[in-house]
Amino acid sequence: MPIIINDTSLDVPADPRVTLLDFLRHHAGLTGTKKGCDHGQCGACTVLVNGMRINSCLALAIAHDGDTVTTIEGLGTPDAPSVMQQAFVDHDAMQCGYCTPGQICSATAMLQEIAAGWPSDVSTNLDGDISASAEEIRERMSGNLCRCGAYANIVSAIGEVAGRDRV
Amino acid sequence: MRPFHYTRPESLNHASQLTASSNAVPLAGGTNLVDLMKLQVEVPRKLVDLNRIGMETIAEAPDGGLTIGALASNTATAVHARVRSDYPLLSRAILSGATQQLRNKATTGGNLCQRTRCSYFTNIDQPCNKRQPGSGCGALGGVARLHAILGTSAQCIATYPGDMAVALAALDARVEITGHGSHRSVPVRAFHLLPGDRPERDNVLEAGEIITAVTLPPPVKGRQIYRKVRERSSYAFALVSVAAIVAMDSGRIARADLAFGGLAHKPWHDPRLADLLIGEQPSAALFDKAACLLLENARSHGENEFKIPLTRRTLAAVLAEATEIDL
Repeated sequence: MPIIINDTSLDVPADPRVTLLDFLRHHAGLTGTKKGCDHGQCGACTVLVNGMRINSCLALAIAHDGDTVTTIEGLGTPDAPSVMQQAFVDHDAMQCGYCTPGQICSATAMLQEIAAGWPSDVSTNLDGDISASAEEIRERMSGNLCRCGAYANIVSAIGEVAGRDRV
Repeated sequence: MRPFHYTRPESLNHASQLTASSNAVPLAGGTNLVDLMKLQVEVPRKLVDLNRIGMETIAEAPDGGLTIGALASNTATAVHARVRSDYPLLSRAILSGATQQLRNKATTGGNLCQRTRCSYFTNIDQPCNKRQPGSGCGALGGVARLHAILGTSAQCIATYPGDMAVALAALDARVEITGHGSHRSVPVRAFHLLPGDRPERDNVLEAGEIITAVTLPPPVKGRQIYRKVRERSSYAFALVSVAAIVAMDSGRIARADLAFGGLAHKPWHDPRLADLLIGEQPSAALFDKAACLLLENARSHGENEFKIPLTRRTLAAVLAEATEIDL
């Protein structure tokens, strides 16, 4: 079975060593997804697989046949950005921009997780009554590093979208 | 990454047959394994992908407990309604570890089998008896800030890095294992091994054996706490962690199931602590006595000496919170 990437089907690579990240960048030509550390530590490679955010650098492409992958290119375009993409622009939530695709994919999934009532390490209780406070956003985005240190504006961009109660 | 063959078995028995051959390794979430393959710490000839043989279910057990499939993601377990309500310790431990991206991919079985984060183990230019038996231990006399203080050997002072298994040890969960046509059930407390003379062995799994599930016993009464001390407030391994289930009866401790992370090559469980604490009135002096017992054979290795007082204080803080006394 092929992998479905942003509504396009692509056959999985023959070489099992190809990570989902390298598959997206070098086989699918989707260079929005970035390679930072390549060890699952920085989050620059974050994409959505079947709606869940994962580090694509630690996933083998061959193991994801039949799965649906959404990358930053699949969330929106320069002419028709997603709400989160637009919020990152409006809040100047980046400096160099290298981590931004991963930040936006991560943040998009994160608000769905809060809407589903998934608790985090900083949630006071586990019952699922969670607000997208700055503390919750920081904890839930801790898998996405920004070496420019644009965190304050990243939190405000995500907070604005969360406040609109839609993703 | 070194070349390898990727195979997707048709069933659990097929997977067991495939992993029985030499240098075949099961693939679950891959968050640790794929990373170690990039570093050439792991160089399997064959990867056996366990992901699509129906092991991701979380189901009620007949005795009122819960069976968590080996391929259930850490996220699926942490957010499961029964886990949140009856085993909050497990939710809290999982949520304290890694990041959401990693927890979405990581699995129950894979988490139990994750390797140490000792930097001598993950650097193939350094000696490491766990990675290459007989090559020596770089951490002994080296940078050992994160290393073990209990149950070490002259061969290895690495720690087991996880949080989930510490909670499972306190909860007295069992690891369900299938292989070679038979099934066995091992307490989490006995699943991981101390390094001894064979530090290359992390746990009791033999070639061809596969974890199918973790079984939680029926829930017990008591306060459940997971306290993790780390060097930053998110996305860091434990320096010390304490998992506790503590119940009180008429002002006295009636239950004290404790397990510790960051201290040893395995989630540390010392049954003498419950014997000491049960029936007693909580007090700072009692908690100190428990810490003395826990740490009576503790041995530091230079930089990790701070773990001894840190464990003492963290245990006291958790017991004080659980028994609602002021220290």
